Amino acid sequence: MKNILGVDLPERIEGVGPLRPYDGKRFGGTPFEAGLKAPVKETRKLLDSLEEAIRLSGLKDGMTISFHHHFRNGDYIVNMVVDKLAEMGFRDLAIAASSLSDCHAPLIGHIRNGVIRRIETSGMRGELANAVSNGLMDTPAVFRSHGGRAWAIANGSLKIDVAFLGVPSSDPAGNANGFSREGDNSTACGSLGYAMVDAHYAQKTILLTNNVVSYPNTPCQIPQTDVDYVVRVDEIGNPKGIASGATRFTTNPKELMIAEKTAAVMEASGYLKDGFSFQTGTGGASLAVTRFLRDKMLEEGITANFALGGITGAIVKLHEEGLIKKLLDVQDFDLDAVRSAQENPFHTVVSAHHYAGPGLEGSAVDSVDMVVLSALEIDTDFNVNVLTGSDGVIRGAIGGHPDTAAGSSLTIITAPLIRGRIPTILDRVNTVVTPGVSVDVLVTEAGVAVNPARRDLIGRLAAAGIETTPIEVLKERAEAVVGKPEPVEYGDKVVGVVTYRDGTVIDLIRNVK
Amino acid sequence: MELVKTAAAGTLESSDVMVTLGPGNAGIEIELTSTVEKQFGKQIRKVVEETVCKANVKNVRIQLNDRGALDCTIRARVEAALYRAAGSTDYKWGE
Repeated sequence: MKNILGVDLPERIEGVGPLRPYDGKRFGGTPFEAGLKAPVKETRKLLDSLEEAIRLSGLKDGMTISFHHHFRNGDYIVNMVVDKLAEMGFRDLAIAASSLSDCHAPLIGHIRNGVIRRIETSGMRGELANAVSNGLMDTPAVFRSHGGRAWAIANGSLKIDVAFLGVPSSDPAGNANGFSREGDNSTACGSLGYAMVDAHYAQKTILLTNNVVSYPNTPCQIPQTDVDYVVRVDEIGNPKGIASGATRFTTNPKELMIAEKTAAVMEASGYLKDGFSFQTGTGGASLAVTRFLRDKMLEEGITANFALGGITGAIVKLHEEGLIKKLLDVQDFDLDAVRSAQENPFHTVVSAHHYAGPGLEGSAVDSVDMVVLSALEIDTDFNVNVLTGSDGVIRGAIGGHPDTAAGSSLTIITAPLIRGRIPTILDRVNTVVTPGVSVDVLVTEAGVAVNPARRDLIGRLAAAGIETTPIEVLKERAEAVVGKPEPVEYGDKVVGVVTYRDGTVIDLIRNVK
Repeated sequence: MELVKTAAAGTLESSDVMVTLGPGNAGIEIELTSTVEKQFGKQIRKVVEETVCKANVKNVRIQLNDRGALDCTIRARVEAALYRAAGSTDYKWGE
């Protein structure tokens, strides 16, 4: 056997296997192949028509498509793509989104007309959430945490056929970023951490961008090797909904009080020492915690090794002051965070798998010391609900709540004792999202409650002069003010399956009456 | 107390209730809209009925637009509206 250059080859070599003689034809099924004779730099990967990309992807009825939620309530991609799929006549599709927002209400029509049969997501809000809670879908929605979703995709239990990922910049080969280093940056979202998983594991990955930049768009978050097609579109989202300007610190005295107490608990816990790590959320109290933490760090002359998670301008400020060495960023919440993701060398964008995956390979949440999280409801066993409202209707998202709660050494929940007339502490939450076994402390304006399993903490807080109150007593205090709410009346239809990080089912959501 | 006209009390702010009431002819008729209807609807109706009975009003039509008001707020708004509907300033607050 000879190859085209005349080199003599055996059919096979023991230990190496059969040999294929060099034939001068490039093989690999890449989109470059057909254009090999006259290579054009702007390759056939770059398309001007979403319809053509969908056709080339081989999408069929009943398959699973995926989306990310980095554009939050400013997202145009989900509606744009599903409208197109409906127009092309697709049916029975499953949507696996990293999350869904108010702006995705048009999906209701596509569920009714049979284009969408199933939904997997971290959460839902607004009209879509109301409709699903009222029994819109024959098949219940499956809710996963950010880490749980990433891991399910990585281990194959959630198979994505075609990922449709909006990106604020991509070169013609598909190297993509959540911002642009050249030209228009108005639709920047910063990190593409959720989308990175989809791009890597989906059978076919289609990027949609309004911003095709010159090759190579590196350093990049999504590499071209994960991308099949790049579609040029006019708009990917509404900048106002994607990221707003600097998040203002709260002036709400109740939130400030909770934040100050939380910072005091962190200090007394023993975890606030040089080289520590933490994650705080985006709620008013949570942002303010970051500010109080800064004061304590300056006072004691200590720095943090890293901060994790959804990154805010408040965290960026500490990073740029040298108080936090590194940021691990799966999602950005404001323009300061977006800018930092682009500019700061130790502000590292990580995938949702790297951020919060529950597999034995481990993830960043396993290494974090302290996390401050919110709650819609918490019960006397410290189980937390962030998914359904006090009326039983879906109105939130699991997010990284159970992931970070499980991973961190100290999990603090901050919540007001009552919201309007609704008490936060119940005998049993409407929907368990994060099991109480991974929750250590509840901080409210009316007192601090420690999970009785953490005897060590109770002792340390007492030694620091922080008074703690049994969670049952806090519950009674709230009920003395607002009364005891009637339990929500549910129907018999399961509308939501709530999974824990590992894909096991932790609770079911039934339709509301 | 004798109701002679329609009167209102309260606001539509969070944690308040807007009460509009006037003379009726079929006992205590309550029309309730509440952000916490599912959790506190029964309790709100009970507080309204108690307040009306205590004022010795037999026939009244009451509309409530509730934004999560506490029982004490509901009681105060209903009482104020009753006095206004009766054209009375003979207040007996807190009795």
